[in-house]
Amino acid sequence: MPVQCSSCALSRAVLKRPKTGHSLCKACFFWAFEEEVHHTVVSGRLFSRGETVGIGASGGKDSTVLAHVMKVLNERHDYGLKLLLLSVDEGITGYRDDSLETVRRNQQQYDLPLKIVSYQELYGWTMDAIVKQVGLKNNCTFCGVFRRQALDRGAVMLNVDKICTGHNADDVAETVLMNVLRGDIARLRRCTAISTASDGEGAIPRCKPLKYAYEKEIVLYAYFKKLDYFSTECIYSPNAYRGHARAFLKDLEAVRPSAIMDVIHSGENLSVKEGVKMPVQGTCTRCGYISSQALCKSCVLLEGLNRGLPKLGIGKHHRLHGKILAQQPLTQEEEKKLKAVDF
Amino acid sequence: MCQVDEEYSGHLERRSVPGVSKTCVKCKESTAVLIIRLGDAFCRSCFKEYFVHKFRAMLGKNRVIFPGEKVLLAVSGGPASSSMLAQVQEGLSRDAPKKLRFVPGIIYIDEGGACGQSAEEREKAVALLENILRKTGFPYYIVPLEQVFGLPDSVLESVSCSPEGSGLSYKAAVVQYIQQNEVKQRHSESAGEEAQDAMARLSVHSQYGPEHRQALERLFSSLKTLTAKEDMLQTLRQHLILHTARVSGYSKVMMGDSCTRLSIKLLSNISLGRGAALAADTGFSDPRYGDVVIVRPMRDYSSKEIAFYNRLFGVQSVFIPGLDTKVPDKASIQRLTESFIIKLQADFPSTVSTIYRTSEKLHTACPPLNSSAEPAVKCLLCLCALDTKADEASAFQAILLSERLSVGKAQSDPPSSTTAGSPGQSCCQESGCGAGGCCSTSRASADLKSLLCYSCRLTMKDMTAVDSLPQYITLEAEKRQRRAQMKQEISEFLLEDADDDQE
Ligand SMILES: [Zn+2]
Ligand SMILES: [Zn+2]
Repeated sequence: MPVQCSSCALSRAVLKRPKTGHSLCKACFFWAFEEEVHHTVVSGRLFSRGETVGIGASGGKDSTVLAHVMKVLNERHDYGLKLLLLSVDEGITGYRDDSLETVRRNQQQYDLPLKIVSYQELYGWTMDAIVKQVGLKNNCTFCGVFRRQALDRGAVMLNVDKICTGHNADDVAETVLMNVLRGDIARLRRCTAISTASDGEGAIPRCKPLKYAYEKEIVLYAYFKKLDYFSTECIYSPNAYRGHARAFLKDLEAVRPSAIMDVIHSGENLSVKEGVKMPVQGTCTRCGYISSQALCKSCVLLEGLNRGLPKLGIGKHHRLHGKILAQQPLTQEEEKKLKAVDF
Repeated sequence: MCQVDEEYSGHLERRSVPGVSKTCVKCKESTAVLIIRLGDAFCRSCFKEYFVHKFRAMLGKNRVIFPGEKVLLAVSGGPASSSMLAQVQEGLSRDAPKKLRFVPGIIYIDEGGACGQSAEEREKAVALLENILRKTGFPYYIVPLEQVFGLPDSVLESVSCSPEGSGLSYKAAVVQYIQQNEVKQRHSESAGEEAQDAMARLSVHSQYGPEHRQALERLFSSLKTLTAKEDMLQTLRQHLILHTARVSGYSKVMMGDSCTRLSIKLLSNISLGRGAALAADTGFSDPRYGDVVIVRPMRDYSSKEIAFYNRLFGVQSVFIPGLDTKVPDKASIQRLTESFIIKLQADFPSTVSTIYRTSEKLHTACPPLNSSAEPAVKCLLCLCALDTKADEASAFQAILLSERLSVGKAQSDPPSSTTAGSPGQSCCQESGCGAGGCCSTSRASADLKSLLCYSCRLTMKDMTAVDSLPQYITLEAEKRQRRAQMKQEISEFLLEDADDDQE
């Protein structure tokens, strides 16, 4: 027996919303999904008229749907934004090649300008080369730090006012859980914020218009809109701890579908003691990017790679920053500690 | 998408086998009998000292229990609360300088009626437990959960929050206690036996009638998910403890939550949408009830330490099956979280302590102290401050919008809505009211919702018959609604922000 759409009560429902359990027809689902993102954009005051907004495009489902929905909403609600696509080429053979192809196709379909910045061009290192030196244990640290700066630098080249990324509700909830597991109270407090402020000179404000969109609904949206995306996990294994948080969230969702939103609600309502120290943001003395230390993480990691001491940026070696800045050689003992990489 | 957006340096250490030393790390003489943390091997007597000291240190550090104060120990029969009871006995039996100086009583809530146990099973469990309780010489209260159907609605009234007792400083309380005690000492010889008698008379083993048993069964079968059942059980248990404490003049309640238990509670409460009340739910003290403060003196012990102590020093505990006994891992959010943490702890031994430290950095708010303003609006069920007045840019508003957009315009008008937000739930058919009309159940559920916090709303959403709630809850709900209505009627004449009190 066909189920009727619970919204229009006219058409036949084609899907059951993972977020609410309602049965909807295609048109009503599209409308609900898009208007929810619109509500997120408006209520969070994510953009102002006339701004140039860079959409972080990886070729994956989240950023593909984000690019599509942003284009639709910009026209439907007359945001008055100039949209463009911003991609990072990490230099991972067999992973990025294909997904960048997808981004290029998106560029043509949506008729949006595209800028690709590569690790090779920014740092002189591809991820493939980095993995060769550091192995598979800490490579995600390098990639994460480098990507963050790469997006910013690409945005600066294109005079972008704001960057939006495809982080969805599952990603945010997962980050809340992970920060609890890691006891990282500073990040726990920050991670549910929908946008990062524009303080700090090197960083461009970022926001997450899909913050309240379920991953499953993003896939449903892409499927019914026949959007073209490239779906694969990064070939270099992800952070094991995040893996635990992710698996746990999936189980929670299976027990109670609202759990994803419930975790985000929790994260948004935590109150942290005033006495708890939060790191002070300054700027990196070498590259000018925001940093709580004399040298930003990216510069330390790069220094480590270039000196053949990959562990330099991984542990806490703040006291060595002075030596690096002064271009002094490290002692033999210091070198020994930083060289060994356990696989 | 790849989630490694921020720098996450440092990896967690996996379990490594410590080098077992044969002698105690503390006295360096006796043979070690156990290892508690990595590498810390203790002999029997040093372990005892360490364990006992930790209890006193926890109370000493927080200074919330006043000398002479009546403290109700909530005991479940499990290892942690049994160990807590043993610590209190130990502390009271000591000599002057190290003696604990509060007056204990014990409460046990018999939840068998909510867990489908037979009357015989329940009697047997209670008899075993009563055996242990009687030996302590403390007054005790054995309260069946069915008693919630006899609670007065005053349980849910907000009592203004007055931390640190009635304005008395800790130091002044100590002085007062010592003076009073000197007087008591002089009379003690003759009064000794009488006191024993009085204590025995104080112990209460409440009974319950068949109508209450059925009402409880109906209430729990009306909750469709185990997650909601566990949440409701927790709420009702707290109400009973709170009521007993008030009636019998206890101003503190001690809960036996261990560090392991609290880590599980912290993560499961986050998953249940209880983030706003996390500090109160997992901190050392929970001031939400105002006149009765919950304290958790066992929060520094891991469940492993407790098990060791109980075994080495013969602390008795009773296994009493609960709602989540013998259910699969994915049966409820609470159960799932527990098995997740226990498994993770096995691989990463710092898991529990890391999560526990998170709870220490959270803020325990005691909001209703600001001048003349009315106390903050509290959730009808869990009595935490309402967290549902979030601004537009919030998960709470986002999910409301998703529900509105999914039911369409025709049905989303609140007054005529019958079962908005819960498709397939056609409670109207039985009572025979038409499509446009409104049956009492859905009406009551809509009204009740506005009085609840985010998480308690989730629990009520899983409930099919709102009228199965105990009367003290529905009566208090009606009272609050009448008041809100009253306030609305006179709102134009009120000078203060009149919206303060209502949804
Ligand atoms: Zn429809
Ligand atoms: Zn509540």
